[in-house]
Amino acid sequence: MNSGSCSSLMEVGYDDHHHHHGHEELHVLAVDDNLIDRKLVEKLLKISSCKVTTAENAIRALEYLGLGDQDQHIDALTNNDLKVNLIITDYCMPGMTGFELLKKVKESSNLKEVPVVIMSSENIPTRINKCLASGAQMFMQKPLKLSDVEKLKCHLMNCRS
Amino acid sequence: MNTVVAKLQRQFQDYLVSLYQQGFLDNQFTELRKLQDEGTPDFVAEVVSLFFDDCSKLINSMSRSLERPENVDFKQVDSGVHQLKGSSSSVGARRVKNVCISFKECCDVQNREGCLRCLQQVDYEYKMLKTKLQDLFNLEQQIVQAGGAIPQVNIN
Repeated sequence: MNSGSCSSLMEVGYDDHHHHHGHEELHVLAVDDNLIDRKLVEKLLKISSCKVTTAENAIRALEYLGLGDQDQHIDALTNNDLKVNLIITDYCMPGMTGFELLKKVKESSNLKEVPVVIMSSENIPTRINKCLASGAQMFMQKPLKLSDVEKLKCHLMNCRS
Repeated sequence: MNTVVAKLQRQFQDYLVSLYQQGFLDNQFTELRKLQDEGTPDFVAEVVSLFFDDCSKLINSMSRSLERPENVDFKQVDSGVHQLKGSSSSVGARRVKNVCISFKECCDVQNREGCLRCLQQVDYEYKMLKTKLQDLFNLEQQIVQAGGAIPQVNIN
């Protein structure tokens, strides 16, 4: 099938094909205005056996979460297909920032329990602290690597139990 | 013992290592390669292709913003540089990313001449990288066609 030199590449990608998960997949909403970064985070999450929905800005993300303009809550949120277990968002986005998105989520009675992770290419301690103080689960430095997502999952699993 | 495959694999390995050594690529490209699997064998090629398209679009729009000396939209340029810096960082395009750092500095002080120089440089660098990676992907394809596997390359 495949020769040895590729086997370690295969191990990384095959978890969701070869292992049956007793628990549900994590459904992650990934928000980033940069297309390449969206592709990257989507792939990282899929390799880590997550179901992924992407949004290109905070407004679209809020609409998906049922927190659109009029603060409507779609009944579909109770449908397991749409239930989001984690939101991962870029900080710097045009229009509404990731930080503002974080606050909207935490202000929502429906969604405040959903962990929100902030990503940024800039390592600014005041920014990081501001996000954590406003309820962000974690702050991740871009560019993202596979090991970052693994760390994230461990962190989340510990929080869930 | 297929020597054709072995030779191609060696060529591929040497070429990839040289790209790192010459500073075209950094560790993030290695990370990107880790994400490619049998189910998505074109993942890296697809992502870099999107990146190069993005470069082209952003460079064009920044060029327009910088065109008239009396009316430069530095905000737009800054936004473009920010995007480019982010993307290049995410794919491991080291030289492109480094030009973006200088580019941002020129933009911050509203130095139009500096911005134009950086724009030219970023255009050169992304096109250079595009050619290099095309050669790399061609080697990959040759290996696969000859029935071989793509080598794992460890960059120390």
